[in-house]
Amino acid sequence: MSEQEQPSPAGLRAGVGESAPLWLSPRTSSPRQLHPLPLRIMHWINALAIFIMVGSGWRIYNDDVLFGWLHFPDFLVIGKWAQYGLQWHFLGMWIFAVNGLVYVSYGIVTGRFRQKLFPISPRQVLATVGDALRLRLRHEDLMVYNAVQKILYLGVMLVGVLMVITGLCLWKPVQFSELADLFGDFQTIRLIHFLGMSAIMVFVLIHVTLALLVPQSLLAMLTGGPTVGDMPAAEPPVAESAAETTH
Amino acid sequence: MGDFDRREVLRGALSLGALTLLTGCDVSEEDYVQKGLRAVSSWNDAVQGTIFRPDHLAPTFSPAEVVKPPRFNAYFDIEDVKPIDGATWKLELVGLVNDKRPWTAQQIYQLPEQELIIRHICVEGWDYIGQWSGPNLRAFLTRVGADLTAKYVYFICNDDFTESIDMASALHPQTILATKYAGQFITDPFGYPLRLRTAVKLGYKNAKWIKAIEITNTFRETFWSKQGENWFAGI
Repeated sequence: MSEQEQPSPAGLRAGVGESAPLWLSPRTSSPRQLHPLPLRIMHWINALAIFIMVGSGWRIYNDDVLFGWLHFPDFLVIGKWAQYGLQWHFLGMWIFAVNGLVYVSYGIVTGRFRQKLFPISPRQVLATVGDALRLRLRHEDLMVYNAVQKILYLGVMLVGVLMVITGLCLWKPVQFSELADLFGDFQTIRLIHFLGMSAIMVFVLIHVTLALLVPQSLLAMLTGGPTVGDMPAAEPPVAESAAETTH
Repeated sequence: MGDFDRREVLRGALSLGALTLLTGCDVSEEDYVQKGLRAVSSWNDAVQGTIFRPDHLAPTFSPAEVVKPPRFNAYFDIEDVKPIDGATWKLELVGLVNDKRPWTAQQIYQLPEQELIIRHICVEGWDYIGQWSGPNLRAFLTRVGADLTAKYVYFICNDDFTESIDMASALHPQTILATKYAGQFITDPFGYPLRLRTAVKLGYKNAKWIKAIEITNTFRETFWSKQGENWFAGI
């Protein structure tokens, strides 16, 4: 991680309270919030889309299960009947796909992905995993994603793309037969689509658990979080510098 | 399709599932939700019509991969199938068709046959490979002077079952009026004497026990679309 990309500790401590008026003039001010308003909106739309897609997907799954031992209980599924589950799924797909497309474009165009998610060094990953296993994972620095976070966020985005592609193959195995052939037969694509859902569920479990353990991160996704200024580069935050010294 | 529907009718009455949780409304408002969801479903019909590739062929398979007998699917159990008497049965033609003379089974058997070894995909999620043969629907519609610019081909079947498909799908090269499965006449549970078999629709669109074909520009809901299934149901 380069020095310039390190946020200023002063900026960190500016905290949530001071940042409130920023969204009124997001373009003019050079200090930005950790999570700008468009990003927060997209995050919560995506949360709703995932909720609809998974709940209705479980309803659809129940109609012809892939695993005899696995049926999703009625109180967990969306759609009283199978066709209602399908209706929800084919509504949710638009929300998920359109919002996801805007999100990915936003992340690329604003440079957010580059700043937040890259680079990912294997050594950092090992160090963070080691910290996590020793229960030493610091999450108070909301500005900087640790290596495990980077991998999780990047990974779940790739799974999201895979879900759209395999979803298209299940919806239109004939119209998109060239695409479907890349994955295999119809049941194989169903299985991949199911495993993608499972991966997303594992992510959601970790993501929500951590958000609840570190409530200021959840708050930041509602209010925008601390302000990130174009301030002079400063010392890397403590948690990161510990990792850095191992390089 | 059959099994789940009955099962769900029983269970659906007891469970509102997460639909209730999601919308925070009770049963009385469900019509409202359904209206919205069906509007989206209609929009999805239009999208599917737009991305449909009229000349793009579905994958086909070898006779060795064919499952025999085919898998049964209907809104009732296989024991409840009401067989049709092929000797007295006639196919009626209705609507925008020049030659409305009905067809007997024997007359239909005289027509050139096309064989399709294609994947049947059920909306429930299962699939199998089947071997179907019978007259090509486009050739048949052309022969009877049907208006090929009309919007819908509507099938009226035994027991007032109805199903319809868009004209583009009806004219697809892999859409046939099937009379045989794996070289033998189709048996009663699978639509004897005449059924639709198309490579570009989900299983439930493939009407069985056809009594009449209507060519029309008027959209009418069908047996499954009335229940909330997607009408276009293209694959």
